[in-house]
Amino acid sequence: MNAIAEAAVERRDVEIVGDLSDLPDYNFGPTSLGWWGVFGFMLIEGMGFVLAIGAYFYLFPFEHHWPPVPVRPPSLLWGTAFTVVALLSLIPNLWLDRKAHRQELRPVQWGLTLMSVLGLVLVVLRACEFTALNVRWDQNAYGSITWALIALHTTHITTDVYDSLVLNVLVFRKKVDGRKFSDVSDNALYWYFIVASWVVLYVIIYWTPRWL
Amino acid sequence: MNTPIDDIETGQAQARREALERTWADRPGFIGWLTTVDHKRIAHRYVATALVFFMIGGALALLMRIQLAKPENSFMGPDRYNQLFSMHGSAMMFLFAVPVMEAVAVFVVPLMVGARNIAFPRLNAFSYWVYLFGGVMIFTAFFLDVGPEAGWTAYVPLSSSDFSPGKRTDFWAQMITFTEVAALCIAVEIVATVMAMRAPGMTLARIPLFAWSMFVTSLMVIFAMPAVMLASTFLIADRLVGTHFYNAGEGGDALLWQHLFWFFGHPEVYIIFLPALGMISEIVQTFSRRPVFGYTAMVLALMATGFLAFGLWVHHMFATGLPPLGNSFYTAASMMIAIPSGAQIFCWIATIWTGRKALVAGRIATPMLFVLGFFALFVLGGLTGVMLASVPLDQQVHDSYFVVAHFHYVLIGGAVFPLMGALHYWFPKMSGRQLSERLGRWQFWLFFIGFNVTFFPMHILGLMGMPRRVYTYPSGLGWELPNLIASIGSWIVGLSVLLFAINVIRTLCRPRSAPDNPWGAPDLLWSVSSPPPAYNFEEVPVVGGREPLWPADRPLQVMTGLSHVRREALLTTTMDAIPATRWALPDPGIWPLWSAIALTVLFIWSIFNPWGVVLGAIPFAVAATIWFWPKRSQPSLGGANERDC
Repeated sequence: MNAIAEAAVERRDVEIVGDLSDLPDYNFGPTSLGWWGVFGFMLIEGMGFVLAIGAYFYLFPFEHHWPPVPVRPPSLLWGTAFTVVALLSLIPNLWLDRKAHRQELRPVQWGLTLMSVLGLVLVVLRACEFTALNVRWDQNAYGSITWALIALHTTHITTDVYDSLVLNVLVFRKKVDGRKFSDVSDNALYWYFIVASWVVLYVIIYWTPRWL
Repeated sequence: MNTPIDDIETGQAQARREALERTWADRPGFIGWLTTVDHKRIAHRYVATALVFFMIGGALALLMRIQLAKPENSFMGPDRYNQLFSMHGSAMMFLFAVPVMEAVAVFVVPLMVGARNIAFPRLNAFSYWVYLFGGVMIFTAFFLDVGPEAGWTAYVPLSSSDFSPGKRTDFWAQMITFTEVAALCIAVEIVATVMAMRAPGMTLARIPLFAWSMFVTSLMVIFAMPAVMLASTFLIADRLVGTHFYNAGEGGDALLWQHLFWFFGHPEVYIIFLPALGMISEIVQTFSRRPVFGYTAMVLALMATGFLAFGLWVHHMFATGLPPLGNSFYTAASMMIAIPSGAQIFCWIATIWTGRKALVAGRIATPMLFVLGFFALFVLGGLTGVMLASVPLDQQVHDSYFVVAHFHYVLIGGAVFPLMGALHYWFPKMSGRQLSERLGRWQFWLFFIGFNVTFFPMHILGLMGMPRRVYTYPSGLGWELPNLIASIGSWIVGLSVLLFAINVIRTLCRPRSAPDNPWGAPDLLWSVSSPPPAYNFEEVPVVGGREPLWPADRPLQVMTGLSHVRREALLTTTMDAIPATRWALPDPGIWPLWSAIALTVLFIWSIFNPWGVVLGAIPFAVAATIWFWPKRSQPSLGGANERDC
């Protein structure tokens, strides 16, 4: 049995065992906090998508026909156009990510500009998609969950396009510190998530009513 | 190179310390209070706010117990009672239990892993403001008679516009959104802090158990909270814009709510419980003067609990008529989770059994008392949990006071007792002062006795058939005496909480006198002064084992080289904690607060008009953009350099 007071220790000797001053002040991947932020929010939002998709298929058996008669499935034109452009955008996105890792400023500036323009094109296509769903959100549960899925994705793409635009302005400023390259790489990572999640949602929103 | 401590106290070292203090200092006065991004200051206010909500939630419970003290009581009517139990549950779960655990982690985890601040310090500040505004909003609504009325679980159709007209449930649904945003922000911060900001040498196998428990908890928050956000968004959409997610007449289903809610709600119990397990491990280790028995088993048990917690939600729905195979699966899963919980309890017993008993003035220290209280209460709560996992028994006592007794034993016994112990344990580090042990013991015994007097009779009431959530009951059913005893017990618990408040206030009025390591604990948190300086660690500590401060005469190894004139933290590799990056952290700023205000406007606006979501997003986007824009006031993030160019 010993008294706590005896164990209470004041400052102890310090031994220096290394120097950190040569370390870089930015990095890519898990040794950059920005990467962890993007990774964390991708997990949260990915879970949101998974649960919303779960709700879609949970509601599915409550109707005899999906979509319920007389609702028609969503028209394919705008949704398919969106999917094609989104998939094509992966090519410049991959290129931009590589240039960011190599820290080549000029390609990063123009690559990000291209991605911002593609993002804006996709937002316009998305606006057209809303007009071609052939159902209102307040018509029935099928309409509600269809709108919920597409609205959830729209929130994400709008946020990311806005984020890309802000970053785009920042990389054209007079002084660009190294961390911006890391930010551009993280932004590219998030774009993969936006496109990948959409491909799944596209199959569900546009093809489930046709196939099942 | 060996540097004795005497050499550190040279003029050069003093100058370095002063430079660090200048670099990490908050702005003076009230503006400093508003703009701080110091994890310790934010944790202080987070803990204090959560405890205030705890006391208000407790006061509501006392009012409910007055009403139920005798049959056919007219102290309050059914409508008021509905609001009271809904607010009590919502406040305790969403405004107290989860936030207070995260708040303690916001203070403790960065210090425990040897970091100078938490990851994403501005997000941390933003999280607090969002949480505060959400809590203030729901209590304001409650005091204006538009408080929630459909219970903390807000089952549809009870919470639909048909049965809950007006704005009461809308405020509840948006309160959920506020608190979940706040909780998710902290979860991401903790994951990043534990994965990327550990001291060199702190490999995965050397992370303190509280940090491990908070890491697993944060992952659970990340996977569970989106479910309730989705559920409450569907609910508010059904109520405000005419969607039909839960409307059976148009292809929706009421049970969709229960699935989404409990997919969050059951992990929620473990989100509250896992941090408590981490707290117990730290306290038991320190007061047993030996490393925790079975460290690897403990970490695996935490992970197993976190994983299994997602497979249990349907046991809240046994009474809804699910297929028998589903019931059997969830019964098995519910019983299985007792295994990792039991493994941990045996590890703690082994630690205490084989350790040296560290006493304070010849008595068991208050933190340890609360841990011992936990053992008794949690085992009881766990046993009734195993009973409830069985479908026939669950259907018999479903929605009765037996369930109320069970979850209070689990949540108060399993989480509030360890929390109280942890607050006593970490109070010297948080405030520089030690709480009175004498008052602490009084608090413990009043809490322990009052708790059992309150909740044990509820088991009997439940078995006698008393349903929960009733505002009164007729005489002659034999429910009078157990109810009266429970009501008396609740006031003993109230007295205990009052003693705690007195202890805290009295101690805070005294000068700072706590030593660096008053309990002789082994982790890095105790290597800095009490309270710690704004920059936490003068130089980066290096870890060579799981208990870096044991034995007490071992010198502390450090690495130099982080800047003293800008806010730098060290990032290390995920697995082996090898130094990788000198990462600049942000200076204080007002924009997290403005962003939180803008988000509050958006959320409240959307209760009254769906366009609030769209139009309210504009000021939020503006505030968030300015937040991230490089500023002259942010020299650590390159703002000053830009001006120089």
